[in-house]
Amino acid sequence: MAILINELSRILVQGFTGDKATFHSQKMIEYGSKVVGGVTPGKGGQSHIGLPVFNTVKEAVDTVYPDASIIFVPAAFCADAIMEAADAGIRLVCCITDGIPAQDMMMVKRYLRRYPKEKRTTLVGPNCAGLISPGKSMLGIMPGHIYKVGSVGLVTRSGTLGYEAASQMKDLGIGVSSSIGIGGDPVNGSSFLDILAMFEQDPETEAVMMIGEIGGPQEAEAARFVKDHMSKPVVGYVAGLTAPAGRRMGHAGAIISAFGDTAAEKSEIMRSLGLHVAPSPAELGSAVAKALASKPAKKRMVTR
Amino acid sequence: MDIHEYQAKELLANFGVAVPRGGVAYSAEQAVYRAAEIGGARWAVKAQIHSGARGKAGGIKLCNTEDEVRKAATELLGKRLVTHQTGPEGKVVHRLYVEAAVPIEREMYIGFVLDRKTERIMLVAHPHGGVEIEEIARSEPETILRQVMEPAVGMQAFQAREIAFGLGLPGPVINRMVTVLMGCHRAFRDLDATMVEINPLVLTKDGQLLALDAKMGFDDNALFRRPSVSELRDHAEEDPREASANEYGLNYVALDGEIGCIINGAGLAMATMDMIKHAGGSPANFLDVGGGASPERVANAFKLVLQDKKVGAMLVNIFAGINRCDWVAEGVVQAVREVGVDVPLVVRLAGTNVEEGRAIIDASGLPIIQADSLADAADKVVAAWKGAGKR
Repeated sequence: MAILINELSRILVQGFTGDKATFHSQKMIEYGSKVVGGVTPGKGGQSHIGLPVFNTVKEAVDTVYPDASIIFVPAAFCADAIMEAADAGIRLVCCITDGIPAQDMMMVKRYLRRYPKEKRTTLVGPNCAGLISPGKSMLGIMPGHIYKVGSVGLVTRSGTLGYEAASQMKDLGIGVSSSIGIGGDPVNGSSFLDILAMFEQDPETEAVMMIGEIGGPQEAEAARFVKDHMSKPVVGYVAGLTAPAGRRMGHAGAIISAFGDTAAEKSEIMRSLGLHVAPSPAELGSAVAKALASKPAKKRMVTR
Repeated sequence: MDIHEYQAKELLANFGVAVPRGGVAYSAEQAVYRAAEIGGARWAVKAQIHSGARGKAGGIKLCNTEDEVRKAATELLGKRLVTHQTGPEGKVVHRLYVEAAVPIEREMYIGFVLDRKTERIMLVAHPHGGVEIEEIARSEPETILRQVMEPAVGMQAFQAREIAFGLGLPGPVINRMVTVLMGCHRAFRDLDATMVEINPLVLTKDGQLLALDAKMGFDDNALFRRPSVSELRDHAEEDPREASANEYGLNYVALDGEIGCIINGAGLAMATMDMIKHAGGSPANFLDVGGGASPERVANAFKLVLQDKKVGAMLVNIFAGINRCDWVAEGVVQAVREVGVDVPLVVRLAGTNVEEGRAIIDASGLPIIQADSLADAADKVVAAWKGAGKR
């Protein structure tokens, strides 16, 4: 099962012929992902790394039937690329690109809502490392080998801190069902809450680790969801205890500008709502191990 | 990116927001000339720095004669203003704004922000001006008026009217308020702002609505399509190290600790700083070298971090995903040879080809301390810093 992607996912690469897209397409294929082609407007009809190139997403959909896409186009054109994929009926879109204007993302999210829920595109990112269901498929730019196949769901804003968590878990023999990078932007496609709801429904996921950072209300919202709707243990961590207020820490969304934005406040909210909070970033793996050990033997599945 | 008050007023005026007459001045002579040009008998001489709360810090002076304008300008130019937003080091005043002082009937607050909860543009208004809106949000949230804009159509006039009536404005002023609010919203949307704040917006005794102070911030990610905004950047307002980081394409934020950091990825960088704190140290900076930590970028990062004389030890923490540790290690070795690092250096590599990477650092013969986990790295760099003493 896993969530969002699996070995059957048929992947389209938007901005296919660029250097980064080429490199990561090859890495995805090496990992075992089923990449079926790509889109670069103006290069339709060509072949690139042995796969067909299309001018439009619609053309690609009609020819090679992708159900997921990954976007590498430059920031200025990402909103357009996401909406094109949604309009062509691609159900899962992952946008890797960093630096998209916030108002473009506002517009994109409004656009995605014009489709009825059962046909709506799930957007992951932008400014993220992508998704991986270890052993099945990778729709992203992460080093696939650091993820062990297993039953812990991982959802993070940061790419590299997600790698750190996955590798600490691997060192302890703990594997991952799916790992989702939701990205570091202030307006993003899928929130922590959206992903947690999917993990709760996934029979292959036994516990979830959620790694947030300073800025924005998403961690607190997700923590409330955990308390009200989740049967599986959730381990949290919020990076940025030492971050000063009002300064943007690399990610466009990582800025303390309102009440509840600091790492200390978010950690406290998580703790008060029953999440296990890792005491330090060096104890991400061990906190998951602890949560798994304390998990009641009887499984309780909650359907919403 | 932030801009000065006078720049924000110029921009907003283009969108139909009325502002008092005023002009920028770089010297006392210019300030006096501006006052004469504006006319009238009462002026405000205002220090232009990127910070609010300038009035409380003595950055705004009301003057009744040209002599007073000259005196105020002489006093303010070159002065270091310390507000609660500038930090203890304050900011030096290089520019002034001289403005006609207006007779005030009442003051109000209006602000447009990008609300992260609704992920939309939100208007926040309060019937009292000069307030700290964050403070009000905590102490009396029910007094704050709000409107959230639908992105597909933008702000509608009825939303502006609801705010205008909600603020208790008299009938004849309602339409003027609608113009101000709609203008601010268009400025926000069309210039890719992240904040437009008029605090206070004043109703004058003769029924005019004027922006007495104005503050705008912009989305750095959208500057590529707003050349008229990006040219308003004032480099004197920026930390010189952060400005040179920008040129190198690195993400750097100066902090006040002693342990210099070079890390790939913003989240891992913040987590590493947290770890340094856990270990009893304090980070001197945030620095994300980005996904592809090439030798050139690593060398630039070293130069940047070492410009900070407080730095007593350094930690490089790279989780090689896309790139490989052996490649990163070569970059580190090359950078250390090129830049000359005169403080203890701890390097932690993880990810792809980690063994090869560590071997390269060992073989270099450089005095680099290697660490194999996040906790180990933080402990070692704090110990090295304590052992090394001051530079």
